[in-house]
Amino acid sequence: MHRSSEVKHVASYLNTRGCECFGQPCESHCPVLTDRTIHVQLKTFIKIRVKPDRTGVVTDGVKHSMNPFCEIAVEEAIKLKEKKLVKEVVAVSCGPQQVQETIRTALAMGADRGIHVEVSGKDYETLGPLQVSKIFAALAKKEQADLIILGKQAIDDDCNQTGQITAALLDWPQGTFASEMTLEADKLKVVREVDGGLETIKINLPAVVTADLRLNTPRYATLPNIMKAKKKKIANVKPADLGVDVCSRLEVLKVDEPPQRQAGVKVETVDDLVGKLKEAGRV
Amino acid sequence: CEGHAVPQARLLQSDRRKTVNSPRCVYMLISSSFLYLSALGMAVGHGIRCLSQLAELPELHQMMRQTCRDYAQKELAPIAAQLDKDHKFPAKQVQELGAMGVMAVEVPESLGGAGMDYLAYCLAVEELSRGCASTGVIVSVNNSLYLGPILKFGTEEQKKQWITPFTTGEKVGCFALSEPGNGSDAGAASTLAHQEGDEWVLNGTKAWITNCWDASATVVFATTDKSLKHKGISAFLVPMPHPGLSLGKKEDKLGIRASSTANIILEDCRIPLGNMLGDRGMGFKIAMQTLDSGRLGIAAQALGIAQAALDCAADYAHKRTAFGAPIGKLQAIQFKLADMALAIESARLLTWRAAMLRDAKKPFTKEAAMAKLGASEAATFVSHQAIQVLGGMGYVTDMPAERHYRDARITEIYEGTSEIQRLVIANKILKEYQQ
Repeated sequence: MHRSSEVKHVASYLNTRGCECFGQPCESHCPVLTDRTIHVQLKTFIKIRVKPDRTGVVTDGVKHSMNPFCEIAVEEAIKLKEKKLVKEVVAVSCGPQQVQETIRTALAMGADRGIHVEVSGKDYETLGPLQVSKIFAALAKKEQADLIILGKQAIDDDCNQTGQITAALLDWPQGTFASEMTLEADKLKVVREVDGGLETIKINLPAVVTADLRLNTPRYATLPNIMKAKKKKIANVKPADLGVDVCSRLEVLKVDEPPQRQAGVKVETVDDLVGKLKEAGRV
Repeated sequence: CEGHAVPQARLLQSDRRKTVNSPRCVYMLISSSFLYLSALGMAVGHGIRCLSQLAELPELHQMMRQTCRDYAQKELAPIAAQLDKDHKFPAKQVQELGAMGVMAVEVPESLGGAGMDYLAYCLAVEELSRGCASTGVIVSVNNSLYLGPILKFGTEEQKKQWITPFTTGEKVGCFALSEPGNGSDAGAASTLAHQEGDEWVLNGTKAWITNCWDASATVVFATTDKSLKHKGISAFLVPMPHPGLSLGKKEDKLGIRASSTANIILEDCRIPLGNMLGDRGMGFKIAMQTLDSGRLGIAAQALGIAQAALDCAADYAHKRTAFGAPIGKLQAIQFKLADMALAIESARLLTWRAAMLRDAKKPFTKEAAMAKLGASEAATFVSHQAIQVLGGMGYVTDMPAERHYRDARITEIYEGTSEIQRLVIANKILKEYQQ
């Protein structure tokens, strides 16, 4: 189905703050037990450590790569382009210089061009969903995007807020936790994975969609595409240019590792169990 | 051996002059990043800059390496043990790799390949072998030993017919040089080819042919003029299956079990005259030059195996406790890990340098032999020590260390034994110091 006029381009927001623990779920701060990590048996992983001053986790020397849910989002956007339902796919990421690598990965998968919103140093450490959503809303208006696809959440902070806040700021409909999406005329049919099961909704365009795990399986970049990605453009933008203030409204008081798991206690009967629970004041 | 025999010392001298008076080189470095690769190549050729370029790989190569690494971790590593147990050819994975362009890295895009350089190819093979050594050798044989000689010596017609279908992963090729009677002694080929009308007729047996049970074509070396000794060997392209060509039983190997190895038996195998690769009598030269490059693919495979073994050992050193602490705290283990890492990194740099020299179209025979020798000996050393670090766990199939040990062993043997590599290196050195 050719849609040359309506849907101009899809912007895909990439979160690069996730840490790639070579696929193995890393302890404490990145409890990602998605299907993707289970596949890997090569057990090298980076142990996440809390900084000595307890203001955050150690990020120096930790390899950063594209958030798995964002990979799924990019894949969905490229699939739409291959079906000729959208004209252009733009990959966007906010952060320091290193995020350009992640944008290039998206370009190698098939995105047409990239936008790097430069945020570094202290601003980057305090960058959260609210600021990112503001940046994104501003960009969407500037680029006149028709569809925004993001990963449902980042695997480092697990906030699950950016998509929703972006939609609210733009006053656009949203289809979150999408496990299936179909473009029908100028409406988007989204099947959402919710606690009770699957919910199917129809929303108008322009809209925001957040990708869940089962939306698709992201492709590997092919060598020819990696070479083509070198020639694709990545535009550089600052939050100030978009009129966005990245000052955080939140202050992190402290960051701790989760408490060490203690040994359990075995009881013989249900009465013993109830007794123990009462003792511990839980009942 | 045939050779590019410009002694190293003289080469550097002439290049030094070029460096000083070469504005063209500077222009290339400033202009678009797409030309970076050729600039890198030129810089490599200018000897002096070579070493500083190795501080970090170009971005393109880093991306490519990461893609292959991701693929190997997610798709190859989980099934490698099972492929090894079942002696199963990874057909699905080979197709996926073909779709990624990895089965024909150096082949130009016009013929269906990825159009990248040899350094990229070495990186790809290393990362894939880190996941599964058998898949690594399948990729290497197809790229270097089958597509390599056709790309270099084939006519345009031959390239279209024998290269393009073999870039997608649907079909793989193989390379038939060794015979039951001669391996290292490649000049004594007893497979014969004589002309009958408008056909070549091949008779003889080839041994130890990797990929042959899964291949759709092969490059065969046969003697066309026995009196000319090694100058009487020619190369031929034979499709598979083909009347007159049959395969021996699959060898039951120690390692790389997912790749097939067997004899190719030629009995009155008839092929059109147009199937000769290169000119009559060029066979030995084609074989030697092909193996020069193939050597780097095997060096890369050995690096991948070694790296996988080191990964296994280092991870275990963190987890296994003895004498009240992780064994990584013990100096005995630390020294082993240091030696292992050193061996791998040295061999890796040798391999990269040889690949960069080849990309810059500079003589690379000596460096390639050093790379293959260094990497294969590193692989056997590292995998041996990895089992030692793992102790009893290293000896059982639950951990991959024993598979790496078995896979590593062949790298010191095929595509030029370690002994032959030493002869090649010594030959080059003696020539450099020629009185």
